Amino acid sequence: MSEPLATLGSLRAALDSGAVSSADLVEACVTRARASQESLHAFAGLRAEGARADAQAADARRARGELRSPLDGLPVAIKDNMVQAGELTTCASRILEGFVSPYTATAVARLEQAGAIAIGRTNMDEFAMGSSTEHSVYGPARNPWDRERTPGGSSGGSAAAVAAGVVPGALGSDTGGSIRQPASLSGVVGLKPTYGRVSRWGLVAFASSLDQVGVLAHTAADCAWLLEAIAGHDSRDSTSLPEPVPRYSEALGGDVSGLVLGLPREYFVEEGGDPEVLSAVREAVSELERAGAKVREVSLPHTRYAVATYYLIATAEASSNLARYDGVRYGHRAAGVRNLADMYQRTRSEGFGNEVKRRIILGTYVLSAGYYDAYYRKAQQVRTLLRRDFEEAFRDCDAIATPTSPETAFRIASKTDDPLTMYLSDIYTVSANLAGIPGVSIPCGFAKGLPVGLQLLGRALDEATLLRIADAFQRRTDHHRQRPPEAP
Amino acid sequence: MPRIARADVERVASLARLSVSDEEADRLAAELDSLLEYVETLRQVDTDGIEPTSHVIPMATPMRHDRSVPGLDPELALANAPERHGSAFVVPKVIEGEDEG
Repeated sequence: MSEPLATLGSLRAALDSGAVSSADLVEACVTRARASQESLHAFAGLRAEGARADAQAADARRARGELRSPLDGLPVAIKDNMVQAGELTTCASRILEGFVSPYTATAVARLEQAGAIAIGRTNMDEFAMGSSTEHSVYGPARNPWDRERTPGGSSGGSAAAVAAGVVPGALGSDTGGSIRQPASLSGVVGLKPTYGRVSRWGLVAFASSLDQVGVLAHTAADCAWLLEAIAGHDSRDSTSLPEPVPRYSEALGGDVSGLVLGLPREYFVEEGGDPEVLSAVREAVSELERAGAKVREVSLPHTRYAVATYYLIATAEASSNLARYDGVRYGHRAAGVRNLADMYQRTRSEGFGNEVKRRIILGTYVLSAGYYDAYYRKAQQVRTLLRRDFEEAFRDCDAIATPTSPETAFRIASKTDDPLTMYLSDIYTVSANLAGIPGVSIPCGFAKGLPVGLQLLGRALDEATLLRIADAFQRRTDHHRQRPPEAP
Repeated sequence: MPRIARADVERVASLARLSVSDEEADRLAAELDSLLEYVETLRQVDTDGIEPTSHVIPMATPMRHDRSVPGLDPELALANAPERHGSAFVVPKVIEGEDEG
């Protein structure tokens, strides 16, 4: 059996009716993951045996009437930067080759406690640094809609696996758009929660003030279930927020009447964006208007400084976080070294790929003596202004609607020679990370046969409103029901 | 005039414990130069008197009780060691100029 899997919601209904068992679902996932690997390269590794054992346990719980949650027995995939005890985690990097985690990330542990079954680790840009899933030691992941194109990144493996129906849902991480942009390019829903809503314990750190764990699936309703399972305070992450977790799934009533959507004029400029993307996004906004939402223009005047601000802060934090990879305690260690300093230098030079080295060097530069105030501190000040832009805008609206990405999926290798061009593909997503607010990308149409994403941004901790709007849109449209062509 | 010369790349790479070939250093110098030129746009923003943001959500530093709790099992902590001796990580000589043991 290698049929594309459906949504979490419909698979749960199939489990409830007895039409399938969890063991059947896991087997189908593993079969399809293997069959799609050559053409999509969505996985860094599978845990087939562990998943089969988990499925048997889930089926036994079901037989005893002891279901743990609506996710019990459902298969999911985990980005290769979240650890699971006894399993490999490599961040798609040579420097973590062979690393078996002694502990489990909180988000993964909460999925396990809910009964969800991790079937494997998804491919990604090395240490989540990239927008195309090309900077991976495993080789590039491919977009199911056109295998000559990237699925976006850095959570491109998670997005491709969901889009191709290999798994119904997946975890990703989003530092500057790494869930929303691949969701947009691959035609699935991707939600980045508020900074601190989901614990970062066990998420391998890239840029600690920006990183956030989130979810990818076909529908807003599926994302609501997944988020409900993983969100909430964790004493092991001092930045995790203590506020109680709402029942997101109960916020989805299909009604958006009275909600005000803000359209930032700075995001709807013709230059730089694909006109077909803009027109699909405008049409999606009109659909929400027909559903009863009110629309008004807002302004986010510092938008044009967001990418520069982001790359200064993200690379500075990365250079500090990645200092821990030294070949002493885990991962790759260079052979035949002369002394400790030589071991550090050769281990790191052999272990990191080009994009990671480039960012470590930029980050080290902007933090070095004499440059700190001009670059890092300046970026943190502009970050304050970007946050204020959103605070101001949210006085006049309940959510902000924008394109997720200025373009549809781009060709493999078309941007790898020019880092700045690649960085600019995050132009509409980085602001949410800088401001710490939640954002979701939902499929809203197609341009030349490739998916287009609508991004909705919300107030801090107001994921419920975003999911409600996304769900209402999906009740009225069928973009999210379109499936990519099967591999030849 | 470029902001970044090959020597700058080599200096910063050595601070980051990375080695770069001459060819890589030239390429990185050009790339970093264009990235820094791009981020120079921030100079246009008036940030006089603006507090820098290091954390986005206002919250007090959480405190915990000062009680001992079990840590990671030493065997698990050492399981990924490239080289170990008993309960220690083995590393090459730290100080140069002495005879190899």
